[in-house]
Formats: sequence, C-alpha cells, structure tokens
Amino acid sequence: MGYTPEMKELIKKVEATRPARIERVKQGIQFPKLSLAEAQERLRTYHPDYKDVGRRRFKIGPNKGDEHTYPDEVVDLFEANSRIDPDKVDLSEPDFETDVLIIGGGGAGTTASLFAQENGMKVIIATKLRHGDANTIMAEGGIQSADSPIDSPYYHYLDVMGGGHFTNKPELVEAMTLDAPLIIQWLESLGMNFDKTPDGQMRLLGGGGTCRKRMHSCGDVTGAEIMRTIRDEARNRRDDITVLEYQPAVEILLDEDGKAAGALLYNMETEEYTIVKAKAVIIATGGCGRLHIQGFATTNHYGATMDGIVMAYRAGVPHCFLYATQYHPTGAAYPEQNVGLLITEKIRTAGAQPLNIDGEEFTFPLEPRDVESSNIIRECMDVGKGIPTPVGRIGVWLDSPMIDLLKGEGTVERDFPAKFIQFKRYGIDISKEPMLVYPTLHYQNGGVEANEWGETKVPGLFVAGEVHGGIHGENRLMGNSLLDINVFGRRTGIRSAEYVKQGVTLKKLTLDHVRAYQKELKEAGIETDRISPMLLPDYSNPEVRAKQLTARYFGTLR
Amino acid sequence: MTTTVAKDAMRKGDKTIIAEGTKMVPLFIMGKRYYVPETLTIQKAMEYAGYQFVRSCGCRGGICGACATVYRLEGDYKLYSGLACQTVVQPNMYLVQIPFFPANKVAYDIEKLPYDVTAIQTIYPETFRCVQCNACTKVCPMDLQVMDYMAAAIRGDIEAVAEMSRSCIMCGLCTSRCPAETNQYNMAELCRRLYGRYGQKKSEQVAKRVEEIKAGKYTPMIKELQTIPLEELKKRYEEREWEPVVSEGWQPKETKYL
Repeated sequence: MGYTPEMKELIKKVEATRPARIERVKQGIQFPKLSLAEAQERLRTYHPDYKDVGRRRFKIGPNKGDEHTYPDEVVDLFEANSRIDPDKVDLSEPDFETDVLIIGGGGAGTTASLFAQENGMKVIIATKLRHGDANTIMAEGGIQSADSPIDSPYYHYLDVMGGGHFTNKPELVEAMTLDAPLIIQWLESLGMNFDKTPDGQMRLLGGGGTCRKRMHSCGDVTGAEIMRTIRDEARNRRDDITVLEYQPAVEILLDEDGKAAGALLYNMETEEYTIVKAKAVIIATGGCGRLHIQGFATTNHYGATMDGIVMAYRAGVPHCFLYATQYHPTGAAYPEQNVGLLITEKIRTAGAQPLNIDGEEFTFPLEPRDVESSNIIRECMDVGKGIPTPVGRIGVWLDSPMIDLLKGEGTVERDFPAKFIQFKRYGIDISKEPMLVYPTLHYQNGGVEANEWGETKVPGLFVAGEVHGGIHGENRLMGNSLLDINVFGRRTGIRSAEYVKQGVTLKKLTLDHVRAYQKELKEAGIETDRISPMLLPDYSNPEVRAKQLTARYFGTLR
Repeated sequence: MTTTVAKDAMRKGDKTIIAEGTKMVPLFIMGKRYYVPETLTIQKAMEYAGYQFVRSCGCRGGICGACATVYRLEGDYKLYSGLACQTVVQPNMYLVQIPFFPANKVAYDIEKLPYDVTAIQTIYPETFRCVQCNACTKVCPMDLQVMDYMAAAIRGDIEAVAEMSRSCIMCGLCTSRCPAETNQYNMAELCRRLYGRYGQKKSEQVAKRVEEIKAGKYTPMIKELQTIPLEELKKRYEEREWEPVVSEGWQPKETKYL
C-alpha cells in the first residue's frame, strides 16, 4: 500500500521546495496572514456556511422566524416526530430517582458529575454508548489556558473573540478564559499527565488564531488522557455516580410548573423506555458531525447526532449560532480508509505547512480554522492546484516531514504517536512523506442558549460542552473545546447542586411540551416520517436495506 | 500544474468510495460468509454486509477502543487482532468483535495512595500473578509493550508504566488474553494517575496564575475589552503581537496586560 506511483511522483515536488521553505521558517518567514477584511471575503466566497444551497429557515419552535438559514440536515431533525407517543408513557412510576441527571457521558458530562457529586449530589449519567464514547476522547492537540508569563487571559479573550468573528457571548468567553488555569490545576490534581519539563513547566504550543503559545497537551492523545482520567475518577465515586450505558435520553421531562424533572431514556438493546426523575438535568450530548452536513466527511464520534439540542428545543429552549458549522482544515483525504480522520492542528503548530500540487505554500498555516479551511477549498476548487486521489477525492499536502527537520529527528513519532501509527498501518511514514488533507466536518459552533453557569430558560435545565452555544461564536479555535467542556462541566455541576440544595419540589411529571410540539408541527403543515433524536447514523448498505422486506413488525420476532 | 475535479467530489459523507474494478473478497463475520470490497476496513465491510452497529463502534478513528476484533485466517492456526475501524479486510478472514470484556476496576482515593509499588499491591494485587507470557503484547492493537509495562509495575517503576501505556485505548484485548487474569489496562490507568499526581512536578506558573485570577487581577482587563467599542476591539485584535514558532527569549512589547 502507501502512496500510488503517481502520488509519489508529485511528492517529489514537495521535497524539491522543502529545503528553501525550512530555511524561511527558521528565519520566521511564513506565507502572510490575511487581514480581517480579506479573511471575511475568503469566507464569503469559499466557506460552506456562506452558501445558500441546502439551507432553510426554522418554521417552528423557539427559533421560528429568526433571520438565519440552517443546513437542511439540521432542520430535518427539528421538523421530525418524537420517538414516543406521550399518551402511552406512564410517568407516575419513575424507574430511577436522583438529584442530578446528566445526559451524555463524555468530557462535559463526566466533569459535571464529579463537581455535582463533590457538592453532595447523587448523580445518574445516562449515555448513548459507553461511558467516555465522545468527541472528547478524539481531541488530540491540546487544551488552552493563559498561564505563561508572556500570556494572559486578556490575550486569550481577544483571540477567542477574534476567532469567533466577535460574535461570541462575552460573559461566556470571560468565564472560559478566567477559569482556564483553574481547570488545568484541577486536572493536574486528578493525576492527568501533561507534557512538562522535569521541573514541572508546561511545554506550551501555539494554535491557529492564538497569538501566544498556550496549548497544554499530552502528546496527541490529550482528549483521551482527559477522558481516561475523569472517567476513572467517576468510577472511583460509583457510590454516588451511577452510569447507565446504551440508554440515551429521547425526551426531557418537565413538571407541571415547567421545571426540568428528568428524562425518558431508551434502552437501545432491550428497546424499552425508562423514566428518570431528577431535580436537575444537565444536557451534555456533544455535537453533530454525524449529520454529514453538505455531505462532508467528519472527525466526529459515531454518536454525534445533535440529540440534546433537539430535546431542549422541544422543551422550549432556543438555540443560537447553529447556522455556523466548523470544518476542520485538515481531515485526512488519503488513504481512503482514513478519510475524514482528524489530523491535529498541532501538526501545523509544530511547523508543517499546507502545500499545493506544485509544492508551493498558499496559506498562512495557522489562520483561524474557518479561514484556513476556506483557503484549502479555494486552492482545490478554484485555483485548481489540489492533488487528486485514485478514487476521485482531492486534497492538499500537509508537509509533516518538516517537523523532524525543524525540531529534530524522531519528533513526529514521539509527539504524534497516534497519528504515526494510523498512517504506518497503511504504509505511509508521515515523518518522511507528507499527508494529504482536506477540510472535514468537525465542530458544532452553535448550540443551546444558556448563560455562563449553563442555565437555560427552563429552571433546572442546564447544558455543558459542545451542546452549549455562544462560547465560540461562529468559529472555535483549537484547544478551546477541551477547555470549555471542563469549564462548563464544572460550572453546571456546581450550579445544579446549588439549585437542588435550595429545595426543589417536583410536581406531576409531564410530556405536554412534546404534545404541543407535535401539534405545532402539524399546524405548520409539516408531515413527515422522520423521527428524532437520531441517536445513531445509518451506514448500512442501502442494497441490503432494500431487501429487508419484513412487512410488519409484529409476531414473535422483530 | 492544475487539476480539475467535480465540485461534489468530497461530498460523500462517511461513505468509502470504492474504486471501479475493486475485487470482492469473502469475509466470515462470526462464521457467516459475505462478499465485500477488498479495500474496506472491517468496520465498513460489516456495514457493507448490512450490519448497523450499536455496540462495537465508537470514534471510527482508532482511539476509543470500542471495536476490538479477533480474527483468524483460513489455514492458519494463529489468532490475530486489530481495531475494526483501522484494519483492512483480508480474504477468508474469520472475525468476531469483542463488544465488552468484564474487567476488574477497583475504586480508590488517589489522595490516600502512596507513590510506590504498594499502591499497585493494594489496588491491583493480581498484577503480581503475571507470568510474563507476552500474550498481552501480541494482542495489543496499539503495539504497546504491555508485558514490559507489567514488568515495570512489578518493579514499582510507576513512571515507566505511565510512559509505556500512554497510547492505551483501554479496548480490553490484553485482559481478555491474560492467563493470570490480571487487568493490565486499569492497572496502567492507576499508574498514569499516580504519575500525574505525584511523579510529575506541579506547574508553579499555573498555580501562580490561578492565585492572580482569584485576586481579581485580570477581571478589569476583560471588562475593558467588553466595554470598548467593537472597532477598537477589532483593532486590538489585529495589532496583537504574535509569539514566533521559535520563541526562546522572546518578549512582547506590550506588557501592561500580562
């Protein structure tokens, strides 16, 4: 395997320009950054968010009639029926009762569980797949925190706002940037391993759109290391934290006063529905890469299907910034088995440059992600200098061998062990040969509307992590999602405990909001067979599906 | 040199594009034969055959450990293993996925453990039953030297266990093969946490910054950014100084916001 002879021939052009490029980087010379005005123009022309095709407005619910258009793949989930018929659910006898119910067992949910437990709460985590199955575990590059002497939360704040086109909600950015060092210290105390010097100094790196080096990491498995650590700690506290796996929530339950009161869970193996009654509910369901917006491949986890926003929306909570989707500039475009796979931004911060078919630079390597992606799309689709793959995809080179030349032989294998092995399996040594990359669906910039404590407009309903909109505005920077899941996981854990402790008396549980939503669908003339939350994507073979001829799902066997 | 492509060339979602003329090969999923394109990973081949995963599928990118797979090849007595999302099918592969493996995870309080071998002896005493057979290393889909880190654990070298298990995805294959019934990956997790908590020095700079923030040093600076006009905010953003890639000894000119 490895590269085809044609591609190997093209790689020679990359090798030919490499010595001169290395020399320029050493002198601090890079392809120039775009100005704000130029970047805006680039986005308008090339970023998928700015295209009008395949998008529409919201016709129902709290965001009905707002000014934005949203990807069809997103709106489809909201113009869809509940999985259940509210009339058939008996809410009078809950299967579980708890103080705090957390929906989602990824980074944000797990951090929230730890802080809620520390504040005296009994917690249930209901999660769709295994505990820890989440985008958190796949995050590679690092976690931002402005703690270096030549950096400060002031610059972190400025970078976040600029990266998000100054649309971010200021109070959320303030919370995130000021809490960041606290989170790093907390992770240290739990025993998370960081890349440090022997005297305990963090080995900091830069990232796209960050003016200072403030990326804290653990090789290229930073997210996995965070997830392993906090999950292990949650398992240590099993007396107070119960985890229900393969039991996603499908609807939020309210009480008669409109407070959050739990959720309806679906056991994906026995197909039964169970009722959790809870005094507070934290939604931490993550993102939506598996919707494959505009057909893009994704770096996301199998379960990233926007479930939480749909449930919150039916319960009356609006969303914000969902019109903006993040395409990570560098998803793998070859070999075919790796397509969509995340190539961490850290590869570029370590010195690798994106190059066209002639081995030439065409972009500053560390533009904010949306701009970097637009530059790559432009180079491939408009300038026509992309590199074709044997099956008809296209990409640009990411010149990873530069890293060893700039930072010493063996750096790639040492600092990017996961990436190294992923390509080695297919006969590509990324310390010697460049990678082929193309933008890939990566992050749900928008989400449920909530304040700096994760509180939504529904009393007792909180959100944390990728499902929470507004922190990153229209575009997130590298290293701020591993940060945000912990910052807002912690904040919702603490605040939900405070909320419960002040005394919550739940009245009769109800699914009336679901009935109302169904009614609104009907009144808007939306007749559809679609059901949401989606829970899992369907990648099974359509030819096989066509032969699944069971006429009726009755009888002794489904 | 330029190339032209169809505008929708990338719009294939998660579907693997199967090149024309790709050979179909027989694959035995839990003993049952299907024909699948030879370029697919095991995961995508099973989906091609008609399966929709609930278990045994996670990140689809080789880091979550959900899709550990054991297989044999026809006419070969050896047992092979790999991640379904990362392993390309081979003709006449007999495979099964391991969706779950019961493993011993002991609850402990990290604050109350010593940073030496007695921590391992207390929490995972079965570690010392290891017979150094190397079955764990052979089965590891991440090519970790599992047996060697077990040896390091028995020696009490917690740092070595942490370093050697850094890329562990906790898929459980090592534990499934262990004749001594040890639980390598949870033991390694304990060691990584002990190393992070007690072996690595704490960052003084992080602690200092936490205190500065608690004392309110940066709140006025953030408030300033929240109150200046948008144009001024944009100006400050565009004019911020950029720390260079090679930054030894670099100091910014603007210091009043540090």
